[in-house]
Amino acid sequence: MNYSQFLMMPQELGLLLVFALVFIYDTFMPSRSQRFLPCFTAILFAIYTALSFVPCVVTGMAFSGMFETTAATWVMKNILNVGVLLVLLQAAKWSNGEFVSVRRGEFYELLLLTLLGMFIMISARHFLLFVIGLETASLPIAALAAFEKNHYESREAAAKYVFTAIFSSAIFLLGISFVYGLTGTLYFNDIAPRVLGAPSALLITALAFVIAGVGFKLSLVPFHLWTADVYQGAPTAVTSYLSVISKGAAAFSFLIILVQVFGAAYQAVWQWMLYALIILTITVGNLFAIRQRNLKRFLAFSSISQAGYVMLGIIAANVLGMTSMIYYVLVYIFSNLAAFGVIAAIERATGRVTMDDYNGLFKTNPWLSFTMMLAMFSLGGIPPFAGFFSKFFIFVGACKTGSVAIYVLVLIALINTIISLYYYLLVVKAMFIRQDECVIPTIKSHWSERLGMIVSVAGIVLIGLVSCIYVALNTASQESAQIFMLID
Amino acid sequence: MPFEYTIAVVAIPLFMFLFLGLGGTQMGRKITGVLGVIGMLVTTVLAYGVALTYFFGTGQGQVVDGVRQAITVMNPDWLSFSENLVVRMGIMLDPIAAMMLIVITTVSLMVHLYSLGYMCDHHGHPEKGFQRYYAFLALFTFSMLGLVVATNIFQIFIFFEMVGVSSYLLIGFYYSSPAAVHASKKAFIVTRLADLFFLIGILVLSYYTGTFDFDKLVGNMATAQSAVASAGGATFMGCSVIAWALTFIFIGGAGKSAMYPLHIWLPDAMEGPTPVSALIHAATMVVAGVFLVARLFPLYVIEQGAMDIILVTGAFTAFYAAAIACVQSDIKRALAFSTISQIAFMMTSLAVSSNHSELITIHGGQGLGYMASMFHLFTHAMFKALLFLCAGAIIHAVHSNENSDMHGLHKFMPITSIAFLIGCLAIAGIPPFAGFWSKDEILVAAYERGLGWGLWMSAVAGMTAFYMFRIYLLIFFWKKHKVHTEHEPADQPWTMTLPLIILATISIVAGFVPAAKMFTWDGAALHTQLNWTVAGSSVLIACVGIALAFRLYYKENDLPARMKASAHGLWTAAYHRFYMDELYQFITHKLVFGLLSVPIAWFDRHIIDGTMNLMANVTNQCSFAIRRLQSGSIQAYVYIYLIGALTVAVATIVCVLI
Repeated sequence: MNYSQFLMMPQELGLLLVFALVFIYDTFMPSRSQRFLPCFTAILFAIYTALSFVPCVVTGMAFSGMFETTAATWVMKNILNVGVLLVLLQAAKWSNGEFVSVRRGEFYELLLLTLLGMFIMISARHFLLFVIGLETASLPIAALAAFEKNHYESREAAAKYVFTAIFSSAIFLLGISFVYGLTGTLYFNDIAPRVLGAPSALLITALAFVIAGVGFKLSLVPFHLWTADVYQGAPTAVTSYLSVISKGAAAFSFLIILVQVFGAAYQAVWQWMLYALIILTITVGNLFAIRQRNLKRFLAFSSISQAGYVMLGIIAANVLGMTSMIYYVLVYIFSNLAAFGVIAAIERATGRVTMDDYNGLFKTNPWLSFTMMLAMFSLGGIPPFAGFFSKFFIFVGACKTGSVAIYVLVLIALINTIISLYYYLLVVKAMFIRQDECVIPTIKSHWSERLGMIVSVAGIVLIGLVSCIYVALNTASQESAQIFMLID
Repeated sequence: MPFEYTIAVVAIPLFMFLFLGLGGTQMGRKITGVLGVIGMLVTTVLAYGVALTYFFGTGQGQVVDGVRQAITVMNPDWLSFSENLVVRMGIMLDPIAAMMLIVITTVSLMVHLYSLGYMCDHHGHPEKGFQRYYAFLALFTFSMLGLVVATNIFQIFIFFEMVGVSSYLLIGFYYSSPAAVHASKKAFIVTRLADLFFLIGILVLSYYTGTFDFDKLVGNMATAQSAVASAGGATFMGCSVIAWALTFIFIGGAGKSAMYPLHIWLPDAMEGPTPVSALIHAATMVVAGVFLVARLFPLYVIEQGAMDIILVTGAFTAFYAAAIACVQSDIKRALAFSTISQIAFMMTSLAVSSNHSELITIHGGQGLGYMASMFHLFTHAMFKALLFLCAGAIIHAVHSNENSDMHGLHKFMPITSIAFLIGCLAIAGIPPFAGFWSKDEILVAAYERGLGWGLWMSAVAGMTAFYMFRIYLLIFFWKKHKVHTEHEPADQPWTMTLPLIILATISIVAGFVPAAKMFTWDGAALHTQLNWTVAGSSVLIACVGIALAFRLYYKENDLPARMKASAHGLWTAAYHRFYMDELYQFITHKLVFGLLSVPIAWFDRHIIDGTMNLMANVTNQCSFAIRRLQSGSIQAYVYIYLIGALTVAVATIVCVLI
């Protein structure tokens, strides 16, 4: 075996090193220094994130074509790294809490392992490796969801997650087995040339099952029902991880699978499938979000509808679509993590998470309210915040296909944007306009939480205005277009 | 000094804005002011370095065939719509950009320093909101610098809006005073309305020429001609579309530069702190419109129709504002009308350039108006800032804007008096003060266009001399001062006096700047000589104006009152600014609100809102109806999942295969 192949996976190796160091610290360091573990992990991970921004020199295949690194996967993984760093900052204070601190090591180890699974999902060019990545990214999350095991909701969330995840994996594997039966291979590159010709019913079924399997992770409607319960029950740090990182990774790998495996002969087929799913996802997500009073549940449905917008970039199936999708995920990470940062800080200090608790928050906690407001504006797509630009680009990317059906889809998405604005502004209204007798008192957030929020706010404000970020993503997508067989 | 330092010139004020705006409240008030001044000082030094290098440097490629080249320091893409139509955010240096760097940083630095003293209460403690004030000053400086170094018209538009916003914030600085709030709203709405036309003009222009960039639009006469030609002779209502676009763009500029009839916001804007008036409403922002026309000068030269509109507007505004300035009793308002009149001078001077074939072949002649306009912009900024800062010192001393509360201050405030006198001599056009040299060039250019234009502008110049000395004499002489405040008025602390001295010095010497070699539209030196006839006659007219002012206002007498009584109607009309504000009030409230807005409001309330409410209700009911889907039961989740996956598969098979 040629060991130099491992050079193709610098980010995965780096992540493993971080994991190993955290594991060693957790296992062998004396218990009095354990409370520095969150800080240690965050700093280590920050160094790793910064290092992995050094432009990727190696691109190409490894392990007889099972694994591939391209400019685009490198960018995607970096975006996930940034998001995870923010989650680590958010979680630092919480993981030193009363009931959690005894097993905080596991929290960080499992978190890093799932991230590794996501990296494998993104880089996998073979369905078997992909499934390994998918499961690595899935199963530990059940343990993370159950992290506050003395809470009833936390246990319930884990149980629901694990059952539905297993079921969706089964469906996904069934779909893959159909693919294998029809083509005799599981390599992404080999499947495409063998499925030319008229579409077959079995392969369409396989495609539907693959979409269902990945759609579970993305919480597309109707594969989304676990989302709200799990988001609400799981600890907030885990929820924010689930809602952005896990979703982002699934979106990236979804694009690669659809375009690379089914792009040649089945593009029209999966585009129509996604077409229906996008309309359902955006609309149903919005309709449910309107009624929510619990903010974590509220953000769960908002994230479902946001996933629908992400899919718009995939359905475009061109370079612009890919760029705008990556960009959308990047912006979404910052916006959603800003919102979760505020929720986490307030929940940790007071234990309150419903929208009514936030009435009059501006009077007592102006900075937290301000951060939350920016997050809501960005999620709703109000200029000049980044969310506006990401929506703009994703609509442009979809419209570039030039088909009337897509125009209709974009129109529906636009109308849904208005609905979403309504419920995002409900939060702002509660904080700034509503009054309440028992307002949340002024709380002092931990420096790590504050740092996370500052970075998120900076992202919300700057990503849209600093155009070179978009240009860099576009360059990366263009370089990888050939490999993924995207049209320009 | 390398031109890359321009980036720092623009970036430092932005940084100061963020720094003072976000961290200001954590620091002491005095500290923020001092930091603001230091930041501005660094900016000024760098800006001078860059501008002087631009004008006098002989680096490689700076001067080609005697023509000083425009230099693009950076020009990255910001937002790309298509291959050709790309909005860039860049930095470009050419003669007028370099000149504006000097003007903006000089006046801004003076105002930063001056405000240390001015923005204090009578105990000498900084006022409430001191940090906010300095943050906004930095924001304004950043916006204005970004405007002048813009590489494309869209970037100018963005910064145009930003200077508008910072002007709004600073006029309304005393937000507890209703007058200030009212004035800030008025300024914002009027200029914003004008900017709407500007935007339309930009869209039309870029639609037909396919570019926003100045180097493709107006790089030189040939590119300007090909840009106009790329419209393919398209016309709208008998005029070429480019002329329409340019007219719309001029309306945008006229809003910022307070040309008639969009001038109504500027006198009210005097509600802001006086240093702000000096910086924004006398020296920098109000000349943005002149700068805009100058930027697109080659296009305007080709489209003479648009240029003629500017000429008529400018000439009329100059006279109109001067007439009003003759009777105002609020010294800041009188100065505001004087500003309007002087800006109109610059506009007129730009617009007297005609006959573009001549402009292409010889560098003299018609390029004179452009050079004179830019020269006057430069000198005017200095002496008008000086006059405003003097007025600020006086107001600070007597706590009133009315000249009836002043009178006879010369004995109490000698330094301020002399500084104000220097400003008056400069604006009146008495040699060797700065205004003489620039105004003389303007008059020469106007006489070259036609005798009528020349005589008109000479008359306005005479009125300028008269009303400025009227203001001066009524403040500092007329009769003995009656002290009505706790303390006797006196010269202000050094932070306020030093800027006066510096600006007065500049006002004396600025006329000797070799403007003809520097501020030309194509970068080539212009050969001019003093036109003795014009110079002599204009000095004579100015002296007559001054003499008249001395006769009327030096010592208390009843002649002004008698004159006022004999021409009572005219005097009242001028005092009420010829009822322009009332006319606007009538148009907006009676006509627009009454006839248009009421029916539209009904339509909006019943039809539009009704539709929206219906949609909202439907949405809400749908949301209520499907809530059972989320039952919480895990078996149901899995069922729905399976049925969903199968439905997707079966539906697709049915659609594709059958």
